[in-house]
Amino acid sequence: MAKILLEMKNITKTFPGVKALDNVNFQVEEGEIHALVGENGAGKSTLMNVLSGIYPYGTYEGDIIYDGKVCEFHNIKDSEKLGIVIIHQELALVPEMTIGENMYLGNERGHKYAIDWNTTYAEADKYLRMVGLSESSKVQVKTIGTGKQQLVEIAKALAKKARLLILDEPTSSLNEEDSRALLDLMLEFKKQGMTMIIISHKLNEVAYVADTITVVRDGATIETIDNHGTEQVSEERIIKGMVGREITNRFPKRDNVQIGDIQLEVDHWTVHHPLYPERKVVDDVSMYVRKGEVVGIYGLMGAGRTELAMSIFGQSYGTNFSGELKIDGKPVKMKKSEADAIKHKIAYVTEDRKGNGLVLSQSIKVNTSLAHLDAISSHTVIDGDKEYAVAEEYRDKLKIKTPTVEQLVGNLSGGNQQKVLLAKWMFAEPDIMLLDEPTRGIDVGAKYEIYCIINDLAAAGKSVVMISSELPEVLGLCDRIYIMNEGKMVGEMKGSEATQESIMAVILKSGRGE
Amino acid sequence: MDKKVLASTLKKNAMLVVLVLVYLFFMVLTGGGIFRPTSFNALISQNAYVYILGCGMLMCMLTGGNIDLSCGAFVCLLGAIGGVLMVIQGWGTGISLLVVLLIGIVYGCGLGALVAYVRVPPWIATLAGYLAFRGLGTAILRANSSTGSIGPFPDSFLDIFSRIVFKTPEGVMNIPCIVAGIVAAALVVLLVFRNRAVRLKKGYEADSFGAAAAKSGIGAAVILLVMYKLSLAGGIPTVLLWVTGIVLIYSFITSKTTIGRHFYVVGGNIEAARLSGVNTKRIMFLAYLNMAVLTSISAMTVIARFTAANANAGKNFEMDAISACVVGGVSASGGAGSILGMVIGATLIGVINLGMFQISLDANYQRVVKGFVLLAAVVFDILSKQKQK
Repeated sequence: MAKILLEMKNITKTFPGVKALDNVNFQVEEGEIHALVGENGAGKSTLMNVLSGIYPYGTYEGDIIYDGKVCEFHNIKDSEKLGIVIIHQELALVPEMTIGENMYLGNERGHKYAIDWNTTYAEADKYLRMVGLSESSKVQVKTIGTGKQQLVEIAKALAKKARLLILDEPTSSLNEEDSRALLDLMLEFKKQGMTMIIISHKLNEVAYVADTITVVRDGATIETIDNHGTEQVSEERIIKGMVGREITNRFPKRDNVQIGDIQLEVDHWTVHHPLYPERKVVDDVSMYVRKGEVVGIYGLMGAGRTELAMSIFGQSYGTNFSGELKIDGKPVKMKKSEADAIKHKIAYVTEDRKGNGLVLSQSIKVNTSLAHLDAISSHTVIDGDKEYAVAEEYRDKLKIKTPTVEQLVGNLSGGNQQKVLLAKWMFAEPDIMLLDEPTRGIDVGAKYEIYCIINDLAAAGKSVVMISSELPEVLGLCDRIYIMNEGKMVGEMKGSEATQESIMAVILKSGRGE
Repeated sequence: MDKKVLASTLKKNAMLVVLVLVYLFFMVLTGGGIFRPTSFNALISQNAYVYILGCGMLMCMLTGGNIDLSCGAFVCLLGAIGGVLMVIQGWGTGISLLVVLLIGIVYGCGLGALVAYVRVPPWIATLAGYLAFRGLGTAILRANSSTGSIGPFPDSFLDIFSRIVFKTPEGVMNIPCIVAGIVAAALVVLLVFRNRAVRLKKGYEADSFGAAAAKSGIGAAVILLVMYKLSLAGGIPTVLLWVTGIVLIYSFITSKTTIGRHFYVVGGNIEAARLSGVNTKRIMFLAYLNMAVLTSISAMTVIARFTAANANAGKNFEMDAISACVVGGVSASGGAGSILGMVIGATLIGVINLGMFQISLDANYQRVVKGFVLLAAVVFDILSKQKQK
């Protein structure tokens, strides 16, 4: 057995009212890639913050033993001195500065009062080559893509002489290709003897890259799964540990499927970019959705899916609209107004719940009633009791975990926020629901619950359009799937017939212009 | 009551505690002077404009920390116009007030349209008025009066804005005033308990009996004290009726109506509000229209109090209104704040002003003290909120 580089022993960390970590034990061998998985709020990030000194020594109980010595880290500098470097989920680079400046930010080369730029850039270049970047360290960070920015973060960590590298969701903002490149780079570093901890929600990546997988649930380490073998551990196996039960089916079965008449029909719909009116963002799209049907729209980033949905929802995106919308077979002339769309019983559930979905500084109650205040008020005077009752009703229905509906939405976890967002639109009583990435950034358990809600909506006769970038989700849930690419509808398939391969083939074909 | 509950209650009402402490401080310093009936009268009549403008400023700030810099200068201009109409031209009070209000509405519509539909940043849009209106107002005053001051105003006008209802001599208890106080205090108690009873009946979260008793008890006691003191100072100033009416109306709008809710969500997340079907532009428009209307009313109370319109009227009023809001816990980035908080903030500033005046502190030092007290109050508020988390 290889040497243990890091051992965290009986770590307990309490925040006022919550035990975030409860007697956690965690071991990392030298030279391995160790994955830390668990649902949102399970305690992964808290554990890493304890390790890196963000929560200083004394604010937690237990011991950190690194390289055979008990350590007391009072801040990040202390842990970095020993080669423990953490790369956070959100990129922490200053876009206006050069790569070199960013890499040595807070760690400047040269004298106390004068930075030695020659050394800085020379060394920066050296580390950039190590991560496989050919860019000069003198270019501004904003000129390179997010994939390369993530590599710059790693180069920055290397420049700090990292021995134990912690990557928190390193691929969350990367596309498929860049993700794979990053994971391969990690494997390369492993060969050179680097030890790494990766936190990730993407279980296929974890299975691909990690030697050992530790599952964290409810602030405790549940189990450690060995992945040294030639056979990769299955995602189902990991999920079982994460949620504490066997999920035999990641997608709930829908019984009693009754698909009715066409409810919404979009006919030759074209939308132009609001700032560059000559650019078509949605290009001659025709589609329809029936009552009780779940229709998926799959496409890569920038395919125009969000823009399509928002333009249908009261023209809340774009200019120069052409084409026709029909509801229940009748053409509708909708004004450029979200309120008008709601009146036509359309709801758009945004992909960006924090950005334009919820009012984080307000309570669950206020957010739930927002899109349909008329229903709880008479002559514009809000009936506070009725509002409270409605919020309670949806809290029960959607299993929103909160002590009270007066709780501020900003204090909820991602999954619960998503439920509040859904509650708001369900309360608006729409017939047509346009769901944009309804499970983005939420954990496996919450995803399952959202899927159940979507199925219930369809069973209640709503027409559901679900936009998603996750193929398994689209395949698992949808009755029919549209495929979009570069603003155009490039394919349509039955959910029962579609496969990952057939959908990707359609996109590739359209990309080649066939 | 255990210590935890007490501590959290104190933190939640930090500014109220500060107000009480500051009041007690000046009580000692002025040898009880600030507790005299006339001081109560002065506190209300001198600060009426802060309460009225504060309501308008609160609505503006709720939409996203937007402010109106022009309201002070607009008070000066409207005062000058009112003076010309009533004193120089001799128009009737009713028609003059109507004209002044109309001018307010016209300005409000223009400003609201600029801010909401042309999307001029509010502080720039109102900076124009800040610069222009005082100049225009002063010019009008100069053109009509050699002293630059127009007055005195007719009695019918003063009766509406700056007299005392059913006035009795000082020191003699004013019966209507006391009766009004008792009725108001009883109403407060009744409303708090009725609300609690309804919530309990429907099985919702409600205050404990002690909390409800404390809340209504303090409210009722403050009302009774103020009204008792006022009754000894001659009775209820008419301007108090204006202030009470406006404060109650805006308190109702912000807490109970859909339109008030829209102001909060626009400030909390304007995109989320828009995608939820809120007409965000209309809200911005209304915020500034409303501000201009309240400024017109405020202008009338000010010229009535001085019984003259002059070039200095309304100076720094915009800053007073903003200070009242900020000290009262209104978020500088929008989406949070209450009328009650603003009223407490305005009263705090009023007490400090009055206290310093009564101990005859040099006017320059008064400003120094005010600046630091404002800063201290806000820092205290922020710190106490941080600890709450």
